[in-house]
Amino acid sequence: MKILVCITHVPDTTSKIAFIDDNTKFESTNVQYIIGPYEDYAISKAVDLKSSNNAHVTVLNVGRSESDPSLRRALAIGADDAIRIDADPIDTFFVASQIASHIKGVTYDLILMGRESIDFNGGIVHSLVGQMLGISAFSPVMQLEINDSKVKMTREIEGGKEYLETNLPLIAGCQEPIAEWKIPNMRGIMTARTKPFEVVEAYESETRSSNKNFELPKEKGGIQLVDPDEVEKLHELLKNEAKVI
Amino acid sequence: MSIIVFLEKEGSIIRNTSLEAISYASELSKKVNTKVVCVVFGELESSQGAKAGFYGCDKLIHVNDQAFDQAVINVYAHALNDIMDSESGDIFITAQSALADPIAAKIAVLQNASIATNVSELPDLDNEFSVKRSIYSGKAFENLILTSPKKIISIKRNAIGLIENQKSGLIEISDLKLNPDLIDAEITDTDRTTGMILLPEADIVISAGRGLKGPENWSMVEELAEVLGAAIGCSKPVSDVGWRPHHEHVGQTGIKVAPNLYIAIGISGAIQHLAGVSSSKVIVVINNDPEAPFFKNADYGIVGDAFEVVPKLIEVIRQNK
Repeated sequence: MKILVCITHVPDTTSKIAFIDDNTKFESTNVQYIIGPYEDYAISKAVDLKSSNNAHVTVLNVGRSESDPSLRRALAIGADDAIRIDADPIDTFFVASQIASHIKGVTYDLILMGRESIDFNGGIVHSLVGQMLGISAFSPVMQLEINDSKVKMTREIEGGKEYLETNLPLIAGCQEPIAEWKIPNMRGIMTARTKPFEVVEAYESETRSSNKNFELPKEKGGIQLVDPDEVEKLHELLKNEAKVI
Repeated sequence: MSIIVFLEKEGSIIRNTSLEAISYASELSKKVNTKVVCVVFGELESSQGAKAGFYGCDKLIHVNDQAFDQAVINVYAHALNDIMDSESGDIFITAQSALADPIAAKIAVLQNASIATNVSELPDLDNEFSVKRSIYSGKAFENLILTSPKKIISIKRNAIGLIENQKSGLIEISDLKLNPDLIDAEITDTDRTTGMILLPEADIVISAGRGLKGPENWSMVEELAEVLGAAIGCSKPVSDVGWRPHHEHVGQTGIKVAPNLYIAIGISGAIQHLAGVSSSKVIVVINNDPEAPFFKNADYGIVGDAFEVVPKLIEVIRQNK
């Protein structure tokens, strides 16, 4: 079986978020970039399926050469080959179109993504790609079992879970606990250097939005501390000052 | 031209988040001068038309084929897409959910529309059609111009709140039937906590963390939630060790909440947790460690032992009810 894992290359979860050039550009100086945490689950699941279902795993990113370390890391974790579509990930629709155009040319049985990127938090690329190609897409998927072409999935919904059965081909947006996170070992890092790594030109595609600028949230006005022996004062403040209870 | 709003239900009652989507559409309709057409599927209580009307629904299309109550995303998406066509919808609004966002994405492809999820305010129509979205897990916002003639918008909780805009909410029964060819998966079972307020729905959320020392100590959290009518959340370490279920995990990689009031008990406030709660209007922190980073990001705080403070708080709220 052939698996495609689509990854993002995003600022670490602990990064300080700031913007430059009149708030039109993310300040990337001194920011550590990582594979999105949800895609770490996707890669780990794909690597599990390599051994259980004899799968071939391709990892894909839409981005510039800055993303290469993340793709190499995915190879070190266990992906077999890497493809980078050489384009700025301008908007959600553009990224989805790039992925869909790639998938059209290759037949994948399973396409794994993260539930959402942790920078732009769109959470819809899987559904967009699915609709563009007529492939079923589900997210956030917490469990995934494959038997021949039959699939059993658990999807998180508000207040609980939904159990689904469907068939391959399938697109899944992954989240915990779909697989145990895998960390590259030394052997993985060495073999990653010799695995196929292809950079392809961007496909012709439109965008449907454009970024005007960014903003930071208003800072909190500072905390009012209440003495633990005066809990009634907290109640009073929440009721009459904040007016939230 | 019309704004189409997809409404979700809890049983046969429209969800609060969907009522907010009606308010959002209604406020937007004043600016773009169109009507608000809401769509709801399956079993529905008869009072719900008036309720939708109260928040600004001009017409409520009730697709009453009850087969929809067990339907999958693809089925809803195509049914709503048909209604977008028949009602000349040029804007589609929904409240963010595990069902609504994928539906919105599919409709965006079918309608050649622009799409924005995680939208946190009414659009700015001054020059272009621009929406403000929450990004970097609540640590920043993006102003995004939607360039296609048709727009699909999924709003996050408290984007606008509930606003009264009395309209007729006239119910029109649709004879649209579920198309079995569109079923691309079978829902074999669902496992949901019943009788509890859903995290994304709640006006008040109470979360507790490792400071509670063990799952057996959650009864006071449940009691506080009950007296306040709040939903219960927890920190990541707590769901990781299985003290509480994963769907209660609030944070960057869990549920992101935006209630009016967020009370954090025994949670230190790691940056990943803060990312999931930063859109809350008012944050209260109860922690015995005065150095807990959460205090720097809260509006009110008590430095004290949760096992003493929380029961007192429950008592005070009870007395003042």
